[in-house]
Amino acid sequence: MTVAGMAPREFLTDRLMLGLVALVALVLGMPSLKPLFATLYPGLDRPLYEAESFVRLTLDHMALVSLSSLAAILLGGGAGIAVTRPWGREFRGLLETVATMGQTFPPVAVLALAVPVMGFGPEPALIALTLYALLPVVENTVAGLDGVSPAVLDSARGLGMGPAEVLFKVELPLAAPVILAGVRTAVIINVGTAAIASTVGAKTLGLPIIVGLNGSNQAYVIQGALIVAALAVVIDAGFDRMAGWLTRWSRR
Amino acid sequence: MIDFERVSKRFGSWTAVDTVSFTVAEGEFRVLIGPSGSGKSTVLRMINRLIPADEGAIRIDGEDIASLRPEELRRRMGYVIQSVGLFPHWTVERNIATVPALLGWPKARIRDRVTELLELLNLDPRRYRTAYPHQLSGGQQQRVGVARALAAEPRILLMDEPFSALDPITRASLQSELSAIHRRTGTTVVFVTHDMDEALRLGDSIAVMDHGRLIQCATPLEILTRPASPLVRDLVGREEWGLKRLAVETAGDRARPQERVGGEPLPSETPLHRALSEMVSRGAERLPVVDGDGQPAGVLHLSDLVRPAPDRAA
Amino acid sequence: MTFRLPLYNRVALLMAMAAAIAAVVLPFLGFAPNRLLSGRPVPLWAAVQGPGGLAILPGLVLLATPFLRPTRIGLGLTVAAGGLFAAGLVWLAGHHATELAQGASAAARTSFASGFWVMAAAGLLTAVDAARWMGLGAVGRLAVGGAVAGLVALQLATGHLDALSILKEYANRRDVFADAVLRHAMLVAAALVPTLLVGIPLGVAAHRFQAVGRAVFPVLNVVQTVPSIALFGLLMAPLAALGALLPGSGISGVGPLPAVIALTLYSLLPIVRNTAVGLDGVPAPVREAARGMGLTPRQIFLRVDLPLALPVFLSGLRITVVQAVGLAAVAALIGAGGLGAIMFQGLFANALDLVLLGAVPVILLAVAGDALLSIGIAAATSHIGLSPGRNAP
Repeated sequence: MTVAGMAPREFLTDRLMLGLVALVALVLGMPSLKPLFATLYPGLDRPLYEAESFVRLTLDHMALVSLSSLAAILLGGGAGIAVTRPWGREFRGLLETVATMGQTFPPVAVLALAVPVMGFGPEPALIALTLYALLPVVENTVAGLDGVSPAVLDSARGLGMGPAEVLFKVELPLAAPVILAGVRTAVIINVGTAAIASTVGAKTLGLPIIVGLNGSNQAYVIQGALIVAALAVVIDAGFDRMAGWLTRWSRR
Repeated sequence: MIDFERVSKRFGSWTAVDTVSFTVAEGEFRVLIGPSGSGKSTVLRMINRLIPADEGAIRIDGEDIASLRPEELRRRMGYVIQSVGLFPHWTVERNIATVPALLGWPKARIRDRVTELLELLNLDPRRYRTAYPHQLSGGQQQRVGVARALAAEPRILLMDEPFSALDPITRASLQSELSAIHRRTGTTVVFVTHDMDEALRLGDSIAVMDHGRLIQCATPLEILTRPASPLVRDLVGREEWGLKRLAVETAGDRARPQERVGGEPLPSETPLHRALSEMVSRGAERLPVVDGDGQPAGVLHLSDLVRPAPDRAA
Repeated sequence: MTFRLPLYNRVALLMAMAAAIAAVVLPFLGFAPNRLLSGRPVPLWAAVQGPGGLAILPGLVLLATPFLRPTRIGLGLTVAAGGLFAAGLVWLAGHHATELAQGASAAARTSFASGFWVMAAAGLLTAVDAARWMGLGAVGRLAVGGAVAGLVALQLATGHLDALSILKEYANRRDVFADAVLRHAMLVAAALVPTLLVGIPLGVAAHRFQAVGRAVFPVLNVVQTVPSIALFGLLMAPLAALGALLPGSGISGVGPLPAVIALTLYSLLPIVRNTAVGLDGVPAPVREAARGMGLTPRQIFLRVDLPLALPVFLSGLRITVVQAVGLAAVAALIGAGGLGAIMFQGLFANALDLVLLGAVPVILLAVAGDALLSIGIAAATSHIGLSPGRNAP
């Protein structure tokens, strides 16, 4: 379903479109809300966060999340595929254990622990986010590939497909909705963790919040929080839409 | 013992049961049969008030069941369903003991009763008492289901397609065990099925339902020989009608009691279609019949299967 | 004549190789003259000299484990070697830190370095994997983990590790630390009470009436999507306004109150969802049979629905607890206190040992909560077979 093909009313009730409009309006229009914040918080000298533009922060935030998620999809997806092949089966238990145990580690603690190893800056954030995002991706890749019915695999092989064809034409498309769900979990967690990553020196949308909290500037906190929240909701709605496409197509 | 008087039940605009009246006598084995959606299960579930009747009266021993607390009513009856519904978190023993425990029986009595029932249903008490349902096969689960229904010595046993999900061999052995239990305890049984062979085999009487109405209520022989409507004839089926006809009578019914002949004898309760099969496989036209105690009960002739001997006409 | 070693355990081989490479290439410890200067690396070979080096003898066994037959004895030996190797590394670190501390100023710091972490992880993972192969259940594996944790706890209790920087940091902040742990646990507990009081009835309602689920789940899903730091921030303004309206009520935009409110909002989803899903999972025939036998609705709920829904409910509780432990750490940013406060203080002051002192106990709390509830789930599931649905046709 394309935007152009949408009836006006449909467009107005669409969570993704509404969220996207709200997000763009917040990011671009925040400076024009300065008078409003000035009225709400008359005691503040600077009612608007202006050290960095919200556009810049939003793009950096999204870059951090996209890079770490992409790395996690490649590494985690690859590992998930590897341990479901006959030659990698021995490592499956280990990988599943790591994925399950790792997810009990709070993301904020993983982020903090990256600092003693990596120092401050965007790098430890990138590493921590990638590591954490790996876990749900691995877990769901294995579960998704596992869920493909043996009968389907059997008939694919019976039709003369080689291992690679079976993987790319049958297994991955059928497992896609489950894998996507893992990616969604990872990305949503990462949007939040990337905000906290401002405490380890990554410039993200968490920065106004942290600066505002440390300097008792509630206006900064609200500005950062509104945009991060909108970003997370939009991304989640986007995944919802993708899941809809995938399931329609794979008829699960 | 069970009286339905002009009972109706509607779900929205759909009439599931339409002014049905019938009586089940004490100790009778009554089968309810019909196509799906005919209202047979609804009738069964109205007896223990899992479904309340909209109109009419249902009486048990003359007492209107609407005047009883539903839980009390249900504890007086056994109830067996197709998907068994054993409590997965309880052992076999505790499952069987459900109703006796609700009724507050002393522990020792419950224990003895569980042992007795497990033996009755051919489950070794030592092995199965402490097993959990998921450790049992489908047939064993339904054996426990039947035992659980019989636990508090109910005078009425309600069964809703209890054996439909089982494989043919397990089904046949549970059918004969149920027959034996019915003969021994004299419990009144109301049994729902969609399988005419099962109905003919088990029922003292068969009630055929269609579209919420009672079409015919008669003995198996009558259902076979005088079907009240084309539907009943379809349910019976034209194919192998003769074998079904034979199946509702036993070797004892048609044996010539005064005669004696040598050979491996048939038990007198053998259905006639089995007896025919025996004759064909042995190449014999006459077979000796023995009664329950193993005493000679006469001789069955091949010609008697086609037409009863004049002096024993049914 | 050639002799080929029979390779039985490729996982152990990978782990042994990782540990061996880390032992040679990566620093085992870091030694700094004080907490602000970055330290010089201490390789493993420097630490194992002397009789103290015997502590990592299990590491040599670990190198042999890939070639052990996967019998009960072979796997048991692998589990023991992996676990003892990890505990031995900790002992060696403590031992060598004590040696380094002699002849250095009191401000000198010895901390774990990357080689320690890689080797310890390799040992633990080898043990965990071998425990799986042995067929140990959740409880058995937890017992193995508990044994290793016990060995480390013993070293902590005897003061063997006191020369390590994280414990020096702890010694400086003993009172603050104890308060922080307590405060952290209190935050989680304070959020759990309203979560359970509201979440369980809501879950039951969502199970019974579809309309409730349709109304509640989208809202809770959106809440779950909003990043914690944003939710804390968004709660600040209305709570601060409310506090200004009601002076003396103690309501404020910062501190434990908004933290507990936010934690509760996050915790509701797993509790409500798993309560509803657990109840939905009770097979219809089981309920029908219960009704048919004359159990009252109350008896059906208490004796059938509750025990059968319990495992799913408990896994919801597990998600909630693990999640809340992490979120409570973030809540330190709005002044809720707890271990997060120590962690962020370390991050803001560039004091890495302080970061560890905050972050490691947060992880331990989460893992401990997870482990306890796993035991509960295992106990609740053991009688039901694989799943409550098994009894359905």
